[in-house]
Amino acid sequence: MHEHSHGHHHDDHDHDHEGSELSPMALRVRALESILVEKGYVDPAALDVLIETYETKIGPRNGARVVAKAWADEEYRAWLRTDATAAIHSLGFTGRQGEHMVAVENTAEEHNLVVCTLCSCYPWPVLGLPPVWYKSAPYRSRAVIDPRGVLADFGVTLPAATRIRVWDSTAETRYLVIPMRPAGTEGWDEEALARLVTRDSMIGTGLARTLEELRP
Amino acid sequence: MSAADALLDAVCGITPVARDADGPVFREPWEAEAFAMAVALNEAGLFTWSEWAEALSQEIRRAQAAGDPDLGDSYYHHWLAALERLVAEKGVAAPEALAERCAAWDRAARATPHGRPILLENDPLAPA
Repeated sequence: MHEHSHGHHHDDHDHDHEGSELSPMALRVRALESILVEKGYVDPAALDVLIETYETKIGPRNGARVVAKAWADEEYRAWLRTDATAAIHSLGFTGRQGEHMVAVENTAEEHNLVVCTLCSCYPWPVLGLPPVWYKSAPYRSRAVIDPRGVLADFGVTLPAATRIRVWDSTAETRYLVIPMRPAGTEGWDEEALARLVTRDSMIGTGLARTLEELRP
Repeated sequence: MSAADALLDAVCGITPVARDADGPVFREPWEAEAFAMAVALNEAGLFTWSEWAEALSQEIRRAQAAGDPDLGDSYYHHWLAALERLVAEKGVAAPEALAERCAAWDRAARATPHGRPILLENDPLAPA
């Protein structure tokens, strides 16, 4: 376990400090990629752009459905708050890195921000692949030290009275932020609501889209 | 995006790609990296889409013959195998070189404290 003197919530980390391990597939990918880079066939930055494109387009849709359902269905929201793992599985989203999920809900009083300070633990089944910045050392360290500054970098300014709570993901527990439901969406169905939910709003580095932002 | 879409079109006739309305769905980072490498190598002109489709379908048939139920969860295993084979056939990296590099990454990972970036230089046997 590592130590923080900060006041933010912090579960015991399950990370093993003995050494790292890569799966056989990850090893093969790294082997191939490092040779291709050395020989000039691929540019790591270009690969990152490709991956970024896919990860931002793909996974978060699942999480958006979870959030939209929580907004529209009070009973589901209560279930999600008490047993996120089961509530999320009930929609068919299961798999690695999403085994134990905790849903944290934003309110006017409290804003939640998710990070993995040590590596890049991330709820893949609901959010897809972690964005490049999530895995970056600057985000991982600054989210804890200066969450308000990190939010400002993402263009998010919260009222001074809103507390920011930082959740450090572990190998065993992954967090999903339920952003605040935008005003003026009363009576919307889940499909329409899901369009308001961005990936960043479910990590806490963004807010749900407003009606103004939805209009072309 | 168009290159990636062309790639998907090239392989979609062969086997169902796990994808939603907007693109393929990855389950682990290495899958995305393998996907991105194929797109990048095609853009670099190392192989055509039809060559790619042929290599991938061969890998899938080979795995099926070896007993893989091929329910989609092993899709990117075949994808990576196809990439490795094409790279070898094109003379970019022989299987022996890939295996050697795999072992180097494995040693590097084990020598890296968890949470630190795993770098090839961390391999204790790396040339100085």
